[in-house]
Amino acid sequence: MLLDGGMTAAQPRTDLRVALFATCFNDTMWPETPKAVVRLLERLGVRVEFPMDQTCCGQMMTNTGYAGDAVPLVRHFVDVFEKYDAVVAPSGSCVGSVRDQHPMIAHLAGDPGLASEVEEVRPKVYELSEFLVDVLGVTDVGAWFPHRVTYHPTCHSLRMLRVGDRPLQLLRAVEGIDLVELPGAEECCGFGGTFAVKNADVSVAMGTDKAEHVAETGAEVLVAGDNSCLAHIGGILGRQRSGIRTMHLAEILASTKENPA
Amino acid sequence: MSIGPVQETSPTFVGMPAFPEAAREALANTQQRQNLHNATHTIRAKRAAVVAEVDDWEALRVAGADAKDEALHHLGDYLEQVEESLTANGAIVHWARDAAEANRIVIDIARAKEVDEVVKVKSMATQEIELNEALEEAGISAWETDLAELIVQLFGDRPSHILVPAIHRNRTEIRDVFLREMARFGRPAPDDLTDDPARLAEAARLHLREKFLRAKVAVSGANFAIADTGTLVVVESEGNGRMCLTLPETLISVVGIEKVLPTWDDLGPMLQLLPRSSTGERMNPYTTMWSGVHDGDGPQEVHVILLDNGRSHVLADSVGRQALRCIRCSACLNVCPVYERTGGHAYGSVYPGPIGAVLNPQLRGTSSEVDASLPYASSLCGACFDACPVRINIPELLVELRGTVAEQGGHRAESAAMKAAAWVLSDPRRLAVAQKGATTAGKLIGKRTITKVPGLGAWTDARNLPTPPKETFRQWWAREHEEGGQR
Repeated sequence: MLLDGGMTAAQPRTDLRVALFATCFNDTMWPETPKAVVRLLERLGVRVEFPMDQTCCGQMMTNTGYAGDAVPLVRHFVDVFEKYDAVVAPSGSCVGSVRDQHPMIAHLAGDPGLASEVEEVRPKVYELSEFLVDVLGVTDVGAWFPHRVTYHPTCHSLRMLRVGDRPLQLLRAVEGIDLVELPGAEECCGFGGTFAVKNADVSVAMGTDKAEHVAETGAEVLVAGDNSCLAHIGGILGRQRSGIRTMHLAEILASTKENPA
Repeated sequence: MSIGPVQETSPTFVGMPAFPEAAREALANTQQRQNLHNATHTIRAKRAAVVAEVDDWEALRVAGADAKDEALHHLGDYLEQVEESLTANGAIVHWARDAAEANRIVIDIARAKEVDEVVKVKSMATQEIELNEALEEAGISAWETDLAELIVQLFGDRPSHILVPAIHRNRTEIRDVFLREMARFGRPAPDDLTDDPARLAEAARLHLREKFLRAKVAVSGANFAIADTGTLVVVESEGNGRMCLTLPETLISVVGIEKVLPTWDDLGPMLQLLPRSSTGERMNPYTTMWSGVHDGDGPQEVHVILLDNGRSHVLADSVGRQALRCIRCSACLNVCPVYERTGGHAYGSVYPGPIGAVLNPQLRGTSSEVDASLPYASSLCGACFDACPVRINIPELLVELRGTVAEQGGHRAESAAMKAAAWVLSDPRRLAVAQKGATTAGKLIGKRTITKVPGLGAWTDARNLPTPPKETFRQWWAREHEEGGQR
């Protein structure tokens, strides 16, 4: 099924040396997401490597007011990833941090060497939907997912990375999917990193409204490009015993008839 | 490394609780939440529609930001030029370092004119310096003539929004306060007043008209002060501003020093950006411009008070100074999901919402509980930056200010936790060891749902926690790629 016209199968990009940046949260808490990225990219003919030395982008420190503590993490990040042609991460938020905040942290460190390394690495770091649509030139990834799904565009993928409708282009091309529009989709879910605990009441008020909109759609599955936001909305949906499950975009795109998610 | 003193927190806001506590209380005010939801969503939709119809909105934003930056980067020069051109036009220019100085100047002028009342045009600067309270103490009544400001004044309330200060009130509450309070200050509301908006507006017009016709002195702010022509500009919707700016014999304008625009031409983009961003109109109904004194036309004595009150402190910060571009349109408030739920009072200042969360800690410093909490009163969703007509990167400023707050100490446990996390995360071996804790927990918990964890109440009171996996991704990868891996 192809609704967008134009792009179908990816040209295998064996010329690219591609690294997976799993992100520390996904690595530790949601390993199924980076596993899905590996399955998906390999299916599309991309040989993806996982540099075992990778750790974290430092976003949590930066956004909480401890940018100084993020300096060694930024240094480590460029050391690990500079040798690759492209770095793919299943998180709009972490890619946003690399692209938007790493230059500021290098500046803070007063290290011009680090700043120039950051400038070299950060344009090569892609959020999953960007990599698929812009680098591989594919929207139909050959996925099969016969369920009612609604998509929440996370703030950092929407307003920091400007991924636009790339995730929706990918989802519309999934065979069997019943994709329904989420009312108030572009409004923040209220996760916001440490905001979720520092301002727990406002965070939950925002999340509750988001969960209500999700329930209105009648979807079985809420999909997004960031597991952290999904943990927050899913935590509320779970507490409400809504029966709606949350899934990362990568897991739906990796799903096939032979190996369904 | 800051130049210039910070602003002194006014008595009204001293001792305000930190944002999370004030927000909790505000969230429980169901009527207010309903009012705010309706109002912010209405203005949001209007703004989106009139911004979308402009082909070159982004170019306009850039032009607006550039004009403001030009003024701010050479503020000393432009301020001198403003003083010169205003003086040449017959105005009297005063300089005020802080609120007390500005209030003193206004009171002295009013006393010299032997008046016991002034009429006021809605103005954020005079709210910031709490001029009404200072005048009252000096035995001078200050009548707010903007409808919403009148409502707030009759309630004895505080404004909760920059543009629509009574946004937290609905029309039934407004009818009740008109019936209850108007008679105390002048012409009473008619006994048969309903909550029909037209009837409410009529009652306000009749109440205010006698004040306009009687007043000898008016006090205003200014949206813009143009350096090359010596022109002050007030942009408004109700015509009350036009009345105040033209009828009385004496006009006093309190103008923040960041209101300067270099040239007359810079006004063009501003008059397109401001109404579309604030009221969601293509053009506001009344734009009044005045350049000094003109024989037999308008006020015959024109005073302009140029107010610092912490602004040069903000200007000294190379990142923070972009907040001084603010033209007080309040688009950021209307799109903010946090403001929408808490309202303005929780921000402990006349400047609420995202812009308040960055402006107050810069103007007042971060020593008070509320000012230190404001940089965290945001999920960093970025809607404010997108909506800002002069491209103030509010999320960037919030993150910078969080650094300032963290640096001053006080969050000891958090600081230690961040240092520990950074130590673990800067080395893959340490991370792998730490991850064992998660996978051990994952194995113990199995498929059960986590609904309660001691110490994590802030999360688990309303949200389940994700269950940790039995195996991390890197463990899986190592298992799958035993022969090689990338190490």
